[in-house]
Amino acid sequence: MDYFSEGLTKAVALLLALDPETFSAVGATASVTALALAVSLLLGLPLGFALGHFRFPGKRGARLFVDWMLSLPTVVIGLIVYAFLTARGPLGEWGLLFTVPGMAVGLTLLGLPIIISMTATAVESTDSRLTDTVLSLGADRWQLLLATLSEARFAMALAAATAFGRIVSEVGIAMMVGGNIKWQTRTITTAIALETGRGEFATGIALGIVLMIVALVVNLLVGLLRGRSSETGRRRA
Amino acid sequence: MRKLILHMTLALVLAFACASVAFAAEDIKVGTTTSTADTGLLDYLAPMVLKDTGLTMRWIAVGTGKALEHGKNCDVDVLMVHAPGAEKKFIAEGNGVSRAEFMYNDFVLVGPVKDPAKIKGKGVADSLKAVAAAKAPFASRGDDSGTHKMEKNLWKAASLPVPDKDSWYIGVGQGMLATLRIAAERGAYTLTDRGTWIKYEAKDQGKSGLTILSEGDKALLNQYSVIQLAPKCTNIKHAAAKKLEAWFVSPVGQKAIAAFKLEGKQLFFPNAGK
Repeated sequence: MDYFSEGLTKAVALLLALDPETFSAVGATASVTALALAVSLLLGLPLGFALGHFRFPGKRGARLFVDWMLSLPTVVIGLIVYAFLTARGPLGEWGLLFTVPGMAVGLTLLGLPIIISMTATAVESTDSRLTDTVLSLGADRWQLLLATLSEARFAMALAAATAFGRIVSEVGIAMMVGGNIKWQTRTITTAIALETGRGEFATGIALGIVLMIVALVVNLLVGLLRGRSSETGRRRA
Repeated sequence: MRKLILHMTLALVLAFACASVAFAAEDIKVGTTTSTADTGLLDYLAPMVLKDTGLTMRWIAVGTGKALEHGKNCDVDVLMVHAPGAEKKFIAEGNGVSRAEFMYNDFVLVGPVKDPAKIKGKGVADSLKAVAAAKAPFASRGDDSGTHKMEKNLWKAASLPVPDKDSWYIGVGQGMLATLRIAAERGAYTLTDRGTWIKYEAKDQGKSGLTILSEGDKALLNQYSVIQLAPKCTNIKHAAAKKLEAWFVSPVGQKAIAAFKLEGKQLFFPNAGK
């Protein structure tokens, strides 16, 4: 229990004193999460939509594959990405190992299946009567697409929030591919692993609390956006 | 409104992406072991290295096995490790060109104060024989780290088989502090580097009932070396790596290493060129 109260006071102290090491880790976490989430969304939303919306041969197989990828252990993703990014690996000359973009590659592999799978489910479960209604109102295929997207947008926001949670709290990929380099690739989670290894449990808990605060701020912002967009939606209706 | 939010998000993502690819030019990536980083030695030396050589050390601290693998794959510019046997093999296999010994610290055998196997004051080989004979619990790192390699060699040097599935042998698979904590919980013996032990003891203050039972044996010496990687690594900074090695073996570097104190105790002993 000592560790927790000590950790709590320490977390507040780190934040109030604008501790440079802590803020460097917050910065690394923020940039790697933003990068990985952005790429996951850019690729995952269209792919997930296609998977949920269109009928094509091999659709069930593709769906099975994506859902299967959801259970890929992060330490295995880390190893695979390392094998590709190491200087002697196929992508070695890109020089991405032990960098923030390199970590983002690994974390994108973690986020992408979540976005694809949840988007596909959301699109599949939009009311099938929507298609008939929209088409009977004389909409063309683009308008149908937009209507479906608009119906599924909250579920997609949920997919983004879920992927965010997984990416921001990940430690195996970040450690293996990032290398936990001070001032560069040390994220909050790898810093927690380091402090725990050093026996500085209170500092570890303090950093954990910092991570939870960062995540809370992001979720509050997303909640705010959702509130606004549902209001405009209602006004239009 | 929605467009504005989208633009703001895109701008943020771009800003993060740009910030993350801006690197300083004179960085050197040092593949090293957890002991040099966890004790704070590198944090202490880094500003001096920067002042004297213009190099900013960026270290990737992992177990020796993994550090050597990073070196083999040309993922770091230089290695700073402590497993002489594995290092010589590393060089013999063409992965490195030279190793320069520059400092040592030592290992100690710790165990419960009650000392069920009666090893206090014995040499390390006799101690291990006594532990095995008494089937007293022994916690092993079990992670192929330098410390784990050292422990396996000590069993062999005592002409004992390296324990594996024996019920009294606890393969932890984690770092040294975690292993010490598990040893304390289970009343087990374990081998630890002195640096981690000093830190553990300073925090624990004898509460866990672990104490040093065997120390000072020549076999417990822990030699650190700087390793220059093979020329086949065309992507790395060989010149900077040589510059870094030159600093570590220089009188200035050696003096700085000797002056580093952990909880008021000297931890690393410079021995370049000896």
